[in-house]
Amino acid sequence: MIAADRAVQRPPDARLLVVDGAGRLTHAPRARWIDFLRRGDVVVANDAATLPASLAGVHARSRRAIELRLAAWRGGTRAALAFDALLLGGGDYRTRTEARALPPPVAPGDTLCLGPLVARVVRALGHPRLLRVRFDGPPNAFWRGLAAHGRAIQYAHLPEPLPLWDAWSPIAAEPAAFESPSAGFILAWSDIATLGAQGIGFATLTHAAGLSSTGDEALDARLPLDEWYRIPKQTAAAIDEARSRGGRVIAVGTTVVRALEHAANAEGHVRAGAGRARGRIGATTALRVVDGVVTGTHEPGTSHHELLRAFAGDDVLRRAAAALEARGYRTHEFGDSMLVFSDARAGGTARPAPLDTRRSRPACCCCGFRPPPAAVASARAPLRTAPD
Amino acid sequence: MDSAVGAPGCHAYYRHIDNSEVNAVKDQLLETDNMRGLCVLVTGGTSGLGRALVSELRRRGAHVAFVARTPDRVERVASEEPGTLGIVGDVADKDAIHRMALQALGWRGGIDVLVNNASSLGPVPLAPLADTACEAFEAALAANVLGPFRLTKALLGALAASARELRGGIVVNVTSDAAVNAYANWGAYGASKAALLHMTRTFGEECAPLGVRFLAVDPGDMDTPLHALAVPDADRSTLKPPAESAREIADAIAESAAAARTPSAVEAAA
Repeated sequence: MIAADRAVQRPPDARLLVVDGAGRLTHAPRARWIDFLRRGDVVVANDAATLPASLAGVHARSRRAIELRLAAWRGGTRAALAFDALLLGGGDYRTRTEARALPPPVAPGDTLCLGPLVARVVRALGHPRLLRVRFDGPPNAFWRGLAAHGRAIQYAHLPEPLPLWDAWSPIAAEPAAFESPSAGFILAWSDIATLGAQGIGFATLTHAAGLSSTGDEALDARLPLDEWYRIPKQTAAAIDEARSRGGRVIAVGTTVVRALEHAANAEGHVRAGAGRARGRIGATTALRVVDGVVTGTHEPGTSHHELLRAFAGDDVLRRAAAALEARGYRTHEFGDSMLVFSDARAGGTARPAPLDTRRSRPACCCCGFRPPPAAVASARAPLRTAPD
Repeated sequence: MDSAVGAPGCHAYYRHIDNSEVNAVKDQLLETDNMRGLCVLVTGGTSGLGRALVSELRRRGAHVAFVARTPDRVERVASEEPGTLGIVGDVADKDAIHRMALQALGWRGGIDVLVNNASSLGPVPLAPLADTACEAFEAALAANVLGPFRLTKALLGALAASARELRGGIVVNVTSDAAVNAYANWGAYGASKAALLHMTRTFGEECAPLGVRFLAVDPGDMDTPLHALAVPDADRSTLKPPAESAREIADAIAESAAAARTPSAVEAAA
């Protein structure tokens, strides 16, 4: 695929590959993404604003240049100002992460001078590039220093420096993410109004999206790190309501899938509140609540692509990848998009059958709709067909 | 859109009555912490109306963050008003907007109310349009129109989240009767405030389905440093104390926030 190398969130020629539950592929202009939803669905997006999480500075003891990339919140509260972070040697995003120099060896207690900010090394995390740090001073000074000195994390495929406003999706609210939850770039405010007008719900959660790449294969295999999230009670209620009426839950971004599936119980009820999403979602994951995901066009082998294997079988994803390649779709955060519906409602695939009660429930013969467990349990009342 | 809050005495005929005793009694009778827990960002918070708003909103229990250009003054007001967050920045500077937004949002995780109060007069001393330097006109537009536009956009995600979560989602834009009436020598200011007023109305129409409310407030002719710059020889006894306008604006915000807390607010707005 072609790397999208300009920071334009909604280029007029952006494209969308839709993979439906039966594995059929449809190519569409991305601006028409709402056409693939239907009344009663609920769209859930990640409203985390992106931190300027790249901090250039100096390792005080060795006096060597470093770049610290914050990667995950640690400590009991955000006010603890503790993070897991990636430490790189001198240089910046213009050098491919894989080619960046190793940082100087650091020890617990070492001081990292990052412009107006001072961070202390708490401990190494089993890799020369990964460590836990804590910032000195009160939270207000941290935010002031971050605003003055931090840069949005970016990679060599974008040649121009990435301003913070291009790293914030239109719905950006709490600054919690370390890289842009970029699937949300598709969300024009006029789209959100259209959703409402068409009887499609819109809700948000905040998920602290972490790094997409560390430049080190062994470390990349550990991604994503545990990620903090918060689900408002209104969002949990909107999901319950949509599901109880047979509507689908459409996640904008893999981070939303991660948060919702982590917070969902076996019946697909999502617990409101804060949590920490752990582990990976992949081929053997039984999706409990999410029915479709809007995401970028990811290369096989990445953790984002791995997550899609929970939605569709490998044969379908192979055909999708071939179609993206053949049609010259653009990749990375400012690239084209995919909308992948879970095949659970269409009868599943050849994947090993996961322990998901939803998959064993009978589907409507004409539309594939599966009633939620509550409806099955309740007196065998005539089943509603899915709204169109 | 919500109706503009009309302040009495928009012209220089305002009679200054010392009603501090009346207000003290009123405070005892009325709920004075009716903004408890709301996160409010006020621009131009170290001077005039903005300074009075910081005090008034804090007194009512809001978490107040404020923006102003001069570091010393920001620090002084932050120490005079414990618990507030002072942010140094110029709303007229495009590059400063997201840095301000980051600090304001990082502080407590969100913003429920934005008050675009910071204003530029344009040419000082005031001048007829024909004698106004283009740069002075541009400065008025940058501070009074583009700044509020950019800051509203940067915070709209948080404001919409606040509305969905039934806390707030309110933008107050401080306008002027010069936005409506043509006054000689007030051309740059008046044109910029007219644009701000119209932008407020349009945003209000467009954001109603999100539950985000937009208020345009004309605070009247106040005894402020800005007024002194514009009319150096004004009789200050005829001018309205900014604390009084601040109370009116706080009342308008509290009323709007109370409406936002009703569960049907978002759907009703839609």
